[in-house]
This record gives sequence, C-alpha cells and structure tokens, in this order.
Amino acid sequence: MSMSLDVHGLPQSRVSNTVETPLEFSTEEGSLKIFGFWAFLAQDMILFATLFATYLILHNHTAGGPTSKDLFDVKGFVIETVLLLTSSFTCGLATFEMRKGNVKGTIGWLMVTVLLGMGFVGMEVSEFIHNVSIGATISRSAFLTGFYTLVGTHGSHVSLGILWMILIMIQLWRRGINAVTARKVFIIGLYWHFLDVVWVFIFTAVYLTGRVL
Amino acid sequence: MFEALFQYVNHNLIKNYMEYGADASIVMASLGIVFVLTYFKKWKWLWKEWLTTVDHKKIGIMYILAAIAMLFRGGVDAMMMRTQLAAPNMHFLSAEHYDQIFTTHGTLMILFMAMPFVVGLMNIVVPLQIGARDVAFPYLNAMSFWLFFFAALLFNISFVWGGSPDAGWSSYAPLAGAHYSVGPGENYYLLALTITGIGTIATGINFLVTILRLRAPGMTLLRMPMFTWSVLVTTVLIIFAFPVLAVALIMLLMDRLFAAHFFTVSAGGLPMMWTNLFWFWGHPEVYIVILPAFGVMSEVVSTFSHKRLFGYNAMVVSLVSIAFVSFLTWVHHFFTMGAGAAVNSFFSLSTMLIAVPTGVKVFNWLFTLYRGKIEINTAMLWALAFIPTFTIAGVTGVMLAAAPADYQYHGSAFLVSHFHYALIGGVVFGCLAGLYYWWPKMFGFTLNERWGKRAFWWFFIGFHVCFFPMYIVGLMGMPRRIYTYPAGLGWGPLNLIETIGAYAMGVGFILMVVDIALSTLHREQLKDVTGDPWDGRSLEWSVPSPAPEYNFARIPVVEGRDAFWMMKKGQTQRVDQSETLRPIHMPNNSGRPFLIGVAFFVAGYGFVFEQYILAIIGLLAILFMLAQRSFEYNTDHFIGVDEIRHTEATAGRL
Repeated sequence: MSMSLDVHGLPQSRVSNTVETPLEFSTEEGSLKIFGFWAFLAQDMILFATLFATYLILHNHTAGGPTSKDLFDVKGFVIETVLLLTSSFTCGLATFEMRKGNVKGTIGWLMVTVLLGMGFVGMEVSEFIHNVSIGATISRSAFLTGFYTLVGTHGSHVSLGILWMILIMIQLWRRGINAVTARKVFIIGLYWHFLDVVWVFIFTAVYLTGRVL
Repeated sequence: MFEALFQYVNHNLIKNYMEYGADASIVMASLGIVFVLTYFKKWKWLWKEWLTTVDHKKIGIMYILAAIAMLFRGGVDAMMMRTQLAAPNMHFLSAEHYDQIFTTHGTLMILFMAMPFVVGLMNIVVPLQIGARDVAFPYLNAMSFWLFFFAALLFNISFVWGGSPDAGWSSYAPLAGAHYSVGPGENYYLLALTITGIGTIATGINFLVTILRLRAPGMTLLRMPMFTWSVLVTTVLIIFAFPVLAVALIMLLMDRLFAAHFFTVSAGGLPMMWTNLFWFWGHPEVYIVILPAFGVMSEVVSTFSHKRLFGYNAMVVSLVSIAFVSFLTWVHHFFTMGAGAAVNSFFSLSTMLIAVPTGVKVFNWLFTLYRGKIEINTAMLWALAFIPTFTIAGVTGVMLAAAPADYQYHGSAFLVSHFHYALIGGVVFGCLAGLYYWWPKMFGFTLNERWGKRAFWWFFIGFHVCFFPMYIVGLMGMPRRIYTYPAGLGWGPLNLIETIGAYAMGVGFILMVVDIALSTLHREQLKDVTGDPWDGRSLEWSVPSPAPEYNFARIPVVEGRDAFWMMKKGQTQRVDQSETLRPIHMPNNSGRPFLIGVAFFVAGYGFVFEQYILAIIGLLAILFMLAQRSFEYNTDHFIGVDEIRHTEATAGRL
C-alpha cells in the first residue's frame, strides 16, 4: 500500500485501489496514527523487557522473606490467564464487527472485553491484598519489589486500557463507525493484544517458573 | 582565630550570598519578563503565537532558545567549578555546593541543553528537508516540548527550593538512595528526567513516523539528506534506549519514596543494577546527541565545499552500525565493577569497534573537503573545528576502551576531558554549526559573520586551553568530582590554565549572544531575500526564509540526492509555479499541550516533596486532559488558496 502524500500533500485524497483499504487505514491520518502506535508498542516492549530482566535477576533475592513458591497460587493465576486471553479474543471480535460496520456488535464485544479485563484486574488486586496481609509487602525483599513492579505495571496498563476502551465505546455510541472511530477501535485492539502477549510472558517467566524454581 | 573567622565567612556569608544571589536573580528575571510582556501588551501574542503553537518550526525555535538558556545556566555552573579548582585549597565553594553544582552541570548539559538543541534542530529542519508540511503528529510534538520545558523548570527550581541533587549526573545507587541522599534534591533529578524522558520518547516516535511516511514523492530513503538520515537513526535509538532510563528512574524513585529494594544494599537489592540500567540508556544517549551533530556536519561540510557529500552510502552504513553497536558497549563505563576478564574483553572490543564506522565518517568529511571550493564562514568554522576535536575524543576513547588501562583512567580528570571533547567538540560544535547554518531559515536573516567568528575563536581556543591540560592532569592522577586538592602535587598550574580556558569559553558564549542580539537589531541589512543564502543543496533552501506556516505551497517532486541542487542546475524539473494551488490542510493550535506540561509539573512537584495529594491532583489532571483530547474531533483546518497566494507573493514567490 502506498503511504505517501499526493503531489499536493492533501490528506484523505489517497485513491483506494482495487483491493479495498480497511476503513481505519483509509485516511492519511489513520494510517499514520496506526504506524505511530506500533512504534509506541516497540518502546513499551523495551519498558517491559527492562522490568522482566530486573525481576529475573532479583527472583531469588528474597532476603529470608516469602519466596515465589510460597506465594504463587496456581488456581488464581490460571483463572487470571483465562480471563485475559478470552478478553483478547473478544477484543478481536469487536474489531471484526467494526470491519463489518456493525456499531452495536462492536460496542457489545468491547463491553465484554472491558468486563473480562475488570475481572482480571480485580483478581490481581485481591492477590496483592492477600500477599500484603501475610507480610509480603513491596519493601519486604528485592524479589517482591521486582514482582510487584513488573506485574503491577502490567496491571496498570490493563486498567488504563479499560478506561480508554470506555471512552472509545462512548464515541462509537455517539458517532457510529467512521474513519476516526474505526482507527480508535483498531488501535485499542493493538494495545490490548500487546498486553495479552506481555501477560503470556508473565505467566511463563514469573508464575510458572516461580512455582518450580 | 582567623581560621574560625574564615570558616564563618565561608559557610555563612559566601554560601548565603550565593543562594540569595541565585534566588534574587531568578525572581528578578521572572519579574522582568512579566513586566516586559505586560508593558508591551504581549501576553495574548505569546499565548496565540507560541504557547499554543503546533508548528514544528516555532516548536524548534523554542527548543533552541531553551537550550541556549540552559547552556548559560550549565556554563555558569562550569565557571564556578573551574574557579573553585583554579588553585589548591580554594574555598570559593564548599564541598556540598561543589557536589550539587557538578551534578546539575552534567544533568543540565546532557538532558536540558544537548537534547533540546538537537531536538530543536530536528524540528526545524527535518520536515523542510523531506518536503513535508509538518511532523506526523504536531499536537504530540507540542506536548513533547512542554514536557521538556516544565521538566527543565522543575529541575532548575531545585537550586533555590529544597536543594539540588548532589549524587552526580549518573546518580549512582546506593549514594542516590534514600539512606545517603536525604531531602528532595535527588527526587528533583528523578522526576525531571522522567518527565522530559516521556517527551523525548514521543519525539522519537513522532520523527520516525514523519521520516518514514511523509517524504515528498520520489524521495527514496537513499535520496534523503544526511541530516535526515542521522535523525532517523537517532529516533530508533531513542525508542530503544529511553524506556530503560524511564524504568530505572521510577525504580530508584520507588526505592526512595516507597521503601522498595531495587538498588538498596539491604534486603537483596543490587546497587550495580542501577549502574547497568543507567548506562544501558546512557551509552546510546551519547549517540542520540552525537549522530544528529554528525548529520549537521555532513550538511555544512558539503554545502560549503560546494560538493556532493563524499561516500553517501558509507555514511548511512556507518550511522546504522554505530547505532547498533552502541547498545553493546555500556559496561565500558564501569570496567572497574570487576565483571571478569571475559565480560570486560567483550565490552573492550565492542567499544573499539565503534571507532571504525566513526573513522569512516571522519574520512568522508575530509574527502568531501578535498578539492572542494571551500567557503569559510562561521558555520563552516564550527564544522571544521569539529573534525580534529572530535578525533581527539575518539582517540582517547579508544585508550579508555582498553579495560586494563581503564583501571588507571577510571574516575580521573582524563575521562572528564575525553567526554568533554566528545560532547563539546562533537555535539556543541555541531549544534552551533547548525544554528548558524539554519538561522536564516528560522528567522529570515543571517547572523553577523564578524561577531560570529570572534565568538568562534574565543570558544574554540578556550575549549582546548581548558580541556587539553585536563588530560595531562588526569594522567597525573587527579580524580574527578573532588572539590579541592592539596598543593604540592603539581596539579595547580595546569588547573589554573584550565580555568583560564573556561573563562575564554565564557567570553565566546557572551560574544555569541552579542552576535545574536546585534544581528537581530540589524536584521534588515542581513535579510535573506532568496531563501537560499548558502547556495544550498537540500529542499529546505527551496522555500522562502523564514518558511511559511505550511512550508511548501506545492509539494516538490524529488528525482535524486541533493534535490534542490539538481533543480538549480537544471538537471531536474523545478516545482511548476503555474500549477494551481490547492487549499492546505493544517492542524489547529491547542493550549492543552501547555496545560498538560503544567499538570506534569504539579504532579512532579508533589512527588518531589512527597505531597501525594498534589501528585494525585496532577496525575488526574493529565488523565482528564488526555481524555478530553480523545473527544476532540475538530482538530484541523484548511488554509485557503487566497491566503497561500498572499503569503507566497509577500515572499516574492509569485
């Protein structure tokens, strides 16, 4: 797909080819913002990579406090995983409905995504509260500092994503599906799937590994 | 008796005098600005034309003005340090003050002088060089600027409000932790850098997208001007390096405020992890500021040799390989950590490897000069001074890269001299070359050559007088970051020479300000009527000076490298002036980026003083304004054909 401006630099003047361009890519602005968001995700990936590296180095620095084996509850983190992976699927369905031009379907699936996301955040918060109640606070050991920071950063990303998704649902409700709202749905989808991928790494590198090592 | 009196004077009078002096000068300057703006009824003008602008050229100008102000502040810090070190056993500054001053000097010069200077040049030049009408995300660009601006403000008030950070610009743990750095000083450092870092990441993304997506038709990647290439590579470095800094800063902040244990000595924390994370950003950061300076060099040397840049492809390959290898060298900042022979050997070799592409670039500049029709002016002088100075930095860099020898150099004045050769000889000389070169494009008039050359010679000679003896005194064993030294070590005379050199640099800076002031006063005589005062080669010289808001009335079609040069030589078609004009789509101004900057300032201040209610208010205000933006749908407008015709006619283009 050609992305350059036309000779006069006018936006929104790109002629759609025989292959139909999706609505979110149909304007110059839309395609720029989607590309920009990919670059944002690249920097966010580095952010999480740093947190992962730190956590893995500090994993055994428990300073005589609780270890990952003591703390991690298999049932809890498996349910969290199921909730978040399902929400990624429903978010994909929302994009699918958006492509078909179905406003109600898009909002509906986004709503389901938000609810699943809230369930995930709720479980994480209760896990943290439980840990703190048994004395496993952020200042107990370097391991716990690394753990709360990595998992908490992911959790706050999800929470912001929920707020953002609600804003987009309101805009969809008011304005229907157009080039701008379609782009917003597409981008929040990218963000949500990215958080899902990060969670897969947390699930593996933090929770599963933490149960074994 | 005398000793006691001296101590009293030293601790109470001089210290207080300096603090009150700083307080008073800041208050006076602020009142002066308020008075001038009110007296000339300029508040509305300031808000409408500057504070709310999303125009990349105006944002670039604001970045550069801020950078020059910070160069002044950081320069005063440097003068104070050099005064203190001019002779053995001086008591101009106390140890405590000296620590604060070398910390703020380093932090300001890197993050609040070099960075905004480079980003300012990027802003002004890149869209014009690639034939675009603005950056990809103009509103975000304004936000980047205001985050930088309010972060700089936050950092600067530390000097008069609560105390400056004093753990060095690299802020090593555990020294910078809660236990050894009590008080808000270190928090100022952490918050200010976090806020400006967010802005920088946004700038990186913005210019990556701009360069990859908004080039004029026909401008393939290998037809881009070398400055644009250097910026493209820099944006990738920013995107991959700055998040690491942001995370490290937040971690140290959590250690300090919430008793976390990332870098503490107790409870399993690892102080050396801070050092690793800091330099994993810090080394690429050196290239984030130096690569654009390389880009400026390439433009200036080629323009004033009136020749094509020699070895274009080799230049691109060396830019990319420097960027890649720069992520593999961070341990050379702390060979003495004792990571072992294998690790140190790896980082020794990777560091030396960087000398290869850098050497390629130096030779390419020399071959560009070779048999060129060389024109000497202020911009070219800065560029020519860059080559030998930066080469000395490179050679001493290779010396430092030898890990066994580094055990000797580590933490010495030799190292301090090395990185000043790189950062002043490289970045500052490059930025000043760029400033003189692109000044007419920014303001529509050239700078006075006579004063410019005077400023250059004072600064250039002063620089070498200041920093060359520092290599020697470093080899003699003088450590960095000591506030005074005993007599009888043979360091005194060399230090005095250094101080004289530093003052000469100060004179050079003042002469440059004089040059800017005089040229502004006489701007009618220095007016650039052609838009192309240097017989330039790239597209920014094809538009009037200063460039109109929309940059290009008609987007040019590019058919080769040095696009504008080819058009002038009749090798390719010029832009067809008879072609009908069409309305131009432009982004609206917005006050919100400024207000978001204010909110970040409030939140940052709240965290610095651990007043969490204030911090939460600031954070909520940020979220609220981001949400507001999401609901904003009227974000742009069209400039009508009549207005374009009028603007072009005023610039003599119709």
